[in-house]
Amino acid sequence: MQVLSMSTDSRFTHKIWQEEELSKMVDGGVPFPMLSDAGGAIGTVYGVYDETAGVDIRGRFLIDPDGIIQAAEIMTPPVGRNFAELTRQVQAFQLVHETGGAEATPAGWTPGKPTLKPGPELVGKVWKVWKPEKE
Amino acid sequence: MSEKPEGCAPPAGGPIGQPQEEETPQEMPNERKKTMQARVGQPAPDFEASAYVNGGFENIKLSDYKGQWVTLCFYPGDFTFV
Repeated sequence: MQVLSMSTDSRFTHKIWQEEELSKMVDGGVPFPMLSDAGGAIGTVYGVYDETAGVDIRGRFLIDPDGIIQAAEIMTPPVGRNFAELTRQVQAFQLVHETGGAEATPAGWTPGKPTLKPGPELVGKVWKVWKPEKE
Repeated sequence: MSEKPEGCAPPAGGPIGQPQEEETPQEMPNERKKTMQARVGQPAPDFEASAYVNGGFENIKLSDYKGQWVTLCFYPGDFTFV
């Protein structure tokens, strides 16, 4: 899994942020490339550029090895992401990818839980293999 | 590390949102290509961006990571709070 972060800041700002702040939060600093989207041209294509504020808002795109976007989450700035949910989605999409789509993951799936095998036999029978969990 | 000297604000200059490979024009009208937008289930629009990586500066293309899972995270800005 390769992480790429991107904001409208320059790479010079990224360098100082890494050195002055991030390296004090994460040992050795964040390990992934920090990309610059000066002017918001890339954010515009990804639908996350806020023209009024001049920044890319919080957007996360999960891209598979074939270059296909499998998941996206876009949030306004004040709320941070939940890394656990990203990890769960990565695990689920990787399983689906590895099985070539023969298996699907029901709501709330986490590794180890049963998957669904879509097909004629499963129509109307999901209740036999999956029930909603009480939170 | 880049061998070229760092200018003040050189753009990465790469194409954004263009198909990585030449497609047969019959498949998709030109107008669709120009307005390519990121969508789930569709190819991620490619781009080239300047980046800070491992203490140095280099240009990075999304298509450099073909064959790997990639999480692309946009955020409002360095030194913001969340």
